[in-house]
Amino acid sequence: MAVNIIKEKSLAKVGQVKLGATKEEGGTRTVTYTVGGDSALPFHHFDGEIANRPIVAMEVQDIKPNWPETLTKHFEGVLDKPGEWAKKCVDEYGADAIYVRLEGAHPDGADKSPDQCVAVVKEVLDAVGVPLIVTGCEVEDKDNEVLTAVAEACAGENLLLGFAEQENYKSLTAACMVHKHNVIARSPLDINICKQLNILITEMNLPTERIVIDPSIGGLGYGIEYAYSIMERARLGALQGDKMLSMPILCTVGKEAWRAKEANASQEEYPGWGDEEDRGILWEAVTASALLQAGASILLMRHPKAVELTKRAIDQLMEDNSY
Amino acid sequence: MLIIGERINGMFNDIKQALIDRDPKPVQEWAKKQEEGGARALDINVGPGVADRADAMKWLVEVTQEVSDLPLCLDSTDFNAIEEGLKICKRPAIINSTTAEREKIEVAFPMAVKYGASLIGLTMDKKGIPKDSDSRLAFAMELVAAADEFGLPMEDLYIDPLILPANVGQDHAPEVLETLRQIKMLANPAPKTVLGLSNVSQNCHDRSLINRTYLAMAMACGLDAAIADANDEELIKVAAAGEILLNQNIYCDSYVKMFKTR
Repeated sequence: MAVNIIKEKSLAKVGQVKLGATKEEGGTRTVTYTVGGDSALPFHHFDGEIANRPIVAMEVQDIKPNWPETLTKHFEGVLDKPGEWAKKCVDEYGADAIYVRLEGAHPDGADKSPDQCVAVVKEVLDAVGVPLIVTGCEVEDKDNEVLTAVAEACAGENLLLGFAEQENYKSLTAACMVHKHNVIARSPLDINICKQLNILITEMNLPTERIVIDPSIGGLGYGIEYAYSIMERARLGALQGDKMLSMPILCTVGKEAWRAKEANASQEEYPGWGDEEDRGILWEAVTASALLQAGASILLMRHPKAVELTKRAIDQLMEDNSY
Repeated sequence: MLIIGERINGMFNDIKQALIDRDPKPVQEWAKKQEEGGARALDINVGPGVADRADAMKWLVEVTQEVSDLPLCLDSTDFNAIEEGLKICKRPAIINSTTAEREKIEVAFPMAVKYGASLIGLTMDKKGIPKDSDSRLAFAMELVAAADEFGLPMEDLYIDPLILPANVGQDHAPEVLETLRQIKMLANPAPKTVLGLSNVSQNCHDRSLINRTYLAMAMACGLDAAIADANDEELIKVAAAGEILLNQNIYCDSYVKMFKTR
C-alpha cells in the first residue's frame, strides 16, 4: 500500500516586499530583492514554497561607532567614510544590502541636520548598487524630520525606512506613501501591538506589501526565545490567513548580539571563555541562524565573518528538502 | 466563525416580491449590506411557494454574484434547484442541505464532490429532529461515514445538529451543545459544524440576546459557522470576541473591525 504523505496545508502566504528600484523602475539600484512570500513554515520546502532567500544587510553608520575592536578592525580606515564602508561590505564581505543607521542625528550626540543625514544616504547610494535600509537615531521628533527628508531626497529608490512605532507611525508612513518607500513597523516584543500597528499603518492606505515587521528581538541569551515565539506566532497567523501578521520580518541581529557581555568581554577578564573575536562572531551568527529558523527575512548584521557563516547557513537552508 | 448571511430568502417579503418582479435591487442590496455587516458567505433560498424553484435559484445566484464575491450557500430541499445554482456559481459553494437519509445522501454527497462544494448535513431523517444528543450523533456519524464513502474532504462537511426555538424545545438547547462537542471527536480531521442560529429565538422576546448568548455557548462547544443575521451588530461583536477568547485569532485592539473586514 502506498504511503500517503500528509502535508501541512496553508490557507495563505507570507506577504512579499520588494526592496530597491532599478533605473527602469525609477531608482538607481543595480540589484533589487524581494523578500517573504513563503507558503510554509521557515524552510519547510516539503510543505510549501519557500519563495525568496532571506537577505543579510550589513550595518554602516554616519559616525564612528562605539564598537569593540574585534569589529572595527575589519573596517579600518573607512569607519568615517560611509560610502567606502558600504562598498567594503558589499564588495569584500558579500552584504546583500546596506543598513544605514543615522546615529549621528542624535540631539545629544553629533546632532547632525536632516541635510547632513541626506548627504550620508546619498553617499552610500552612490557607492553601492544594492538596496538600502535606513533608520534614524531613535529619537522620535528628530527621526520624523530626518527620515522625512531622506524619503523625499531619495524618492524612487524604494528604500526600507524605520522605525514606525505605535505612538509614532504617522509621519514616517506618510513619507513612505508620498515618496514610495517601504516602512519598518516596530513593536516591543508584543504580537498584539505588532498586529495593531500593521492595521494602523494600512489604515493610512500604505499597502501591506510595503510593510516589514520588526518584532524587536533579544540576542542569544538575552530573550531570544521571546522573539522566536512571537515570530513563530506571526508566521502561523500569516499562514492561516491573518493578513495583518503576514508581512516579512526584519531582525536587528548585529545590534542585539554585540550588546551581549559574552560577545564583548575580553579574554583576560574571562580566560575560560576563549578567544574574544570567535565568541563575538559566534554570538552574532548563532543569533542570526536561530531567528532564520523562526522566519526572519532580513537580517541586519555587523561582523564580516558572522555574515559569511550566516549566508552559508542560508545556502544550506534554501536547498530543497521536499519529498 | 463563518457567518453565513441569512437574509436572501424568499421567506422575507422583500425578497419574495423581488423574485416575483425579477427586480435584482433588494437582493443585491442585502448581499452588500450583509457583507458589510460581517457575513463571509450568503445563504440563498428561494422561499416557499415558488413554482419553478430551479429557475428562481439561478436568478438569485446570478444577481447576487453581480455584486458580491462571497461564496454562496444554496439553500433548498430541491436538489435539482441546488444543482442548477451550482452550475453557475463562480466560487466553491455550500450545499444546504441533506438529511441523513440514505437516498438523499446518495444524491447530495456526489453532487458536492462533483462541484467542489461544501455540504451541510442535518442530523435527522424523515422521522424528524431527534430529541437528544445521542440520536443526533448517530446521524452525524452516518454523515461522516458518507463523506468517507463518497470522497468528500472532511473539512468540507458541515454538520448541523438542528436547534429548536427556546420557547418550543427548551430541552434541545443543551443537547445541541453536547452534540457539537461530540461531533468534533467523530473524525480526524473533524467535520465542521453549523447552526441555523436564528431558529433558537423564533417567536421569543429579545431575539438578539438569545441569539448571541447561544452563539457564544455554541462557539465554545466547537461551532464553526452560523447561518445568522449578519447585520445584528451585537451578534457580530460576540463572534469576534469569541474568536479571540478561543485563541482562534490573535488579539489586536481593532479585533471587531478586523472580523468585519477580513
